[in-house]
Amino acid sequence: MGHIKLTNVAKSFGSVDVIHDISLEIADGEFVVFVGPSGCGKSTLLRMIAGLDRPSRGELTIDGKVVNNIPAADRGLAMVFQSYALYPHMSVRQNLAFGLENTKMAKTEIAERIAEAARMLEIEPYLERRPGQLSGGQRQRVAIGRAIVRRPVAFLLDEPLSNLDAELRGSTRAELAALHARLSATMIYVTHDQVEAMTLADRIVVLRAGRIEQVGTPLELYNSPANRFVAGFIGSPHMNFLEGTIESSGSDKAVVTLAGGHRVEVPIEGNGTAKGARVTLGVRPQHISIGDTKGIPAQIKLVEALGSETVLHADVSGQKVLLVAPGQHDLMVGEGIHLSLSAAPVHLFNENGLRLGHMV
Amino acid sequence: MTTDPREQSGFSFGEAIAKPVRFVMDLIDPPLRFLQRTTGIGGMATFFLLPNMLIFGIFVLLPFFINFAYSMTGGTALFLPDRTFVGTDQYARLFDCSNYLDANSCAEDTFWTAVGNTAWFVLLQVTLMIVVSLVTALILNRDLRARSFWRAVFFFPVLLSPVVVGLIWKWILQRQGLLNFGLYSLGFEPHVWLNDRSWSFAAAVGVSIWAHMGFYTLILLAGLQAIPRDLYEAAEMDGTKPTRVFLRITLPLLAPNLLVVIVLVLIRAVQIFDEVYVLTGGGPGTSTLFLTQYIYETGFAAQLRNPGLAAAASILMGAVLVVLTLLQLSLSRSGEKKGGRK
Amino acid sequence: MSRVAQFLFRRKGGKGWHWTDIVTWIWLIGGLFIMFGPAIWLVGSSFKTPAALAEFPPTILPYVTQKVTVEGIDKPLDLYEVTLEGGKTVRLAELRRIGVVSQMIDPSNPGEIIKVNIAQRKPVREMTFASENYAEPFTHFDFVRYLWNSVFVTVVATLITLIVNSMAAFALSKYEFRGRTVAMLLILATLMVPLSVIMVPLYSIVSALGLFNSLWGVILPTVATPTGVFILRQYMLTIPDELIDAARMDKASEWQIYWRIILPLTAPALAVLAIFSVVWRWNDFLWPLIVLSRKELYTLQVGLSIYSGELNVQWHFILAMTVVTMIPVVLVFIFLQRFITTGIAGTGLK
Ligand SMILES: Nc1ncnc2c1ncn2[C@@H]1O[C@H](COP(=O)(O)OP(=O)(O)O)[C@@H](O)[C@H]1O
Ligand SMILES: [Mg+2]
Repeated sequence: MGHIKLTNVAKSFGSVDVIHDISLEIADGEFVVFVGPSGCGKSTLLRMIAGLDRPSRGELTIDGKVVNNIPAADRGLAMVFQSYALYPHMSVRQNLAFGLENTKMAKTEIAERIAEAARMLEIEPYLERRPGQLSGGQRQRVAIGRAIVRRPVAFLLDEPLSNLDAELRGSTRAELAALHARLSATMIYVTHDQVEAMTLADRIVVLRAGRIEQVGTPLELYNSPANRFVAGFIGSPHMNFLEGTIESSGSDKAVVTLAGGHRVEVPIEGNGTAKGARVTLGVRPQHISIGDTKGIPAQIKLVEALGSETVLHADVSGQKVLLVAPGQHDLMVGEGIHLSLSAAPVHLFNENGLRLGHMV
Repeated sequence: MTTDPREQSGFSFGEAIAKPVRFVMDLIDPPLRFLQRTTGIGGMATFFLLPNMLIFGIFVLLPFFINFAYSMTGGTALFLPDRTFVGTDQYARLFDCSNYLDANSCAEDTFWTAVGNTAWFVLLQVTLMIVVSLVTALILNRDLRARSFWRAVFFFPVLLSPVVVGLIWKWILQRQGLLNFGLYSLGFEPHVWLNDRSWSFAAAVGVSIWAHMGFYTLILLAGLQAIPRDLYEAAEMDGTKPTRVFLRITLPLLAPNLLVVIVLVLIRAVQIFDEVYVLTGGGPGTSTLFLTQYIYETGFAAQLRNPGLAAAASILMGAVLVVLTLLQLSLSRSGEKKGGRK
Repeated sequence: MSRVAQFLFRRKGGKGWHWTDIVTWIWLIGGLFIMFGPAIWLVGSSFKTPAALAEFPPTILPYVTQKVTVEGIDKPLDLYEVTLEGGKTVRLAELRRIGVVSQMIDPSNPGEIIKVNIAQRKPVREMTFASENYAEPFTHFDFVRYLWNSVFVTVVATLITLIVNSMAAFALSKYEFRGRTVAMLLILATLMVPLSVIMVPLYSIVSALGLFNSLWGVILPTVATPTGVFILRQYMLTIPDELIDAARMDKASEWQIYWRIILPLTAPALAVLAIFSVVWRWNDFLWPLIVLSRKELYTLQVGLSIYSGELNVQWHFILAMTVVTMIPVVLVFIFLQRFITTGIAGTGLK
């Protein structure tokens, strides 16, 4: 009850193609997050699922039924908007009741559902207030409440936390996760914040410029990003990229020469990497350590001591490298150090940004 | 927390009205839902637009186009199909003059009298109106106490109907009226103002200014208040003279607003009718006969009605108005761009 | 009083008087008299009897000469205070006047006629409000009908204006459809087509529709106001589209979105338009004058102008009815003036 399938869905506004051929299947009860930079088409995709926009091409099914021509009202979905879109002239209670009244539901049943949702979201004290008299966090709860009372087959949430301050965002995120566990309804959640995606999702869909870059669980995306874009998008701080060329490639490893001439051995599986091919080597800041003189020579540009860890900005023959070292380090700007990748999971991407082989 | 005024005001139909309104609205919902289902949301857009456009079409656009056809026909018949086509005869008649500077030499001498009167009226009324409104706006823009009270004082006649305005002044200007009383108390001879050709015309100008100046004052005042205060404070620090402040700061910054107001006054002045018609009936003689009254009387009131001729005259007036309106639109648009005003 | 003056005239910073201050106050006080004076004079006059209206010089307040009925004489006679030769003053009633000599009688002793030089007598005056100026037009003339017609036209036209304009504004602000720009331009173009330009053909159309001599013929051509559509559309553009999306998700039909979401949120703009529409329609003159030729259909404005244009103007009735006609507008002025002035300053409409 909440199985959504997109087949070759595309959307153009006039002559501008915003979504290109997207195919995706979302299982019932799954928590799927669409993530990607602003303007990549996340909202458009969500609105097409909701029925607020019509796909230009392709097919959309909900629970096996093609819904392309079914209006939003009849798809059995509920949406939480980025601006909350609460009706400003109605009390919270009326906001929750509006959608139910439109289905000609009995008054007692409406009252029951509102009471239940209000209890769940702890908004009982504000039921008679207007949205204008609520704080941002309270409004956000009401917006979720308006979706919950509808008992939809799937919840669609468009950047629901982006208007909250950082602290509130953290706690609400946890509540949303709990809510999903409790309702066990399908949820499609749109965000540009990869931390939200990582913490909430069963599966993440990474979008860029109207195309799916990768679909997978948070850890799949983190551990084996399919391309340079996903590798750079997921994880914080961003992954370091170093340019290089293949020196030699065997059946289980390749040797890469970095721009500065330093050689790095990378364990990869399968060949297909010709000697001399230009590649990008990716390594997360947490996976680089300060090593002995055999390491890659680098110069420190900036030191950010955070107490529990130290973030170092270094320069490796003209390329910027970030590393996060646990603990506290007594290092000076301008000091020369050597970076060690020996124990690090290292990713190789070819000239088109695609991942080479699998990490061991 | 941002509080939108809308969130507070809401819709508070009294409950008594709300119930029946709601009942009616809910009653027409099912058929409209059906319409929405069959035509889609685009069909609903048409549905919402239709009543307004229909009324527009029938009562504004259609007459606008028929007007041209009308002006090419003759006779007294009302409906277009019954009328005889005369080509440009009506226009030829309007322009049939041996000397364009002398209305009496024209076949339609009243038309040219009305044109001449209207031209004089526009010239005088627009100039005086702008001066009076501007002075009032400048005075209201000073550091006044109870400014909104004074603004209301000048605004009061704007709301009065033209008929009421005409009657108020007819009563003041009549033989036993307040004006004569005032003159008599000062030792002057009473005068029957509205029986005098020039005084009657002057009264038409004065009364129309009295009735409408509050409106233009308001627009100019809004423009003046949009001028940043600190400019004046800076000028005051420099010890600039008030006249110089007016010429070098106020006037240039008010110019876009002022232009729009001038064109607005022009557009209204060309169409002057109601209050003057009630005040003087166009008289004495034809001394206060203006274009709109000419069209009205030629089309409807005269013994020998000639709707074709009236239509031709109205098209000529319309042409002037179209030019003025386009001027106004382009001015207000460029004013918006420059001033960034909303 | 002096405190009020002190409050009004106090200058900021306590600086001295400048010539511009003097001009300001002359202008304002003069404005006060010129703007309100004529209307107040009219209201005052409306309470005078025909006799008092015919007097010159007029009095400010509605004074009339006191009358007495004298035994044996049918008509009530004017009462005068007469200074007799001995310097005694008595009250006598005037029977008739011949040249400078007035023939008078003592009301208490009507037998004897006293001849008095008119310079020796002064009328005995009393204040009387001629309420019959108001009562009579309502009972003997058609003014109740006119009043009703005006109210009907104003209320119905305003309601239709609000509904029809708000529907159009909704379509033009919240839907994307082909021809939207054309529709906007058409509406804009009608700003250039005032009544005075199209009245001849409009009359034929209204007649063809059978609306000549019908109040609907007055109402319908006025209701699709371009200004109304524009202010409402401007206001609706500020309502976030997400609210409409939310309502669609909430299974609201487009009609429900219009009347349950859009209309309530547009209430402030609707109120402004309603006030304007009431004033416009109440004051309309030329078009009703053309469409209505049967007396019982006249609106107040048409009725007033027709009666005041008659050869033998009954000013006492005209003045009273003018006051009645002013009342709604004056009420609007007193209670909603602020609303209107900010509305005009914001949108430049009239
Ligand atoms: N109604 C529309 N008309 C034209 N372009 C649109 C419309 N809605 C969205 N777009 C464009 O589509 C792209 C994707 O928008 P959106 O889905 O809102 O991105 P986001 O991923 O930030 O939610 C953007 O470039 C936006 O400008
Ligand atoms: Mg978005």
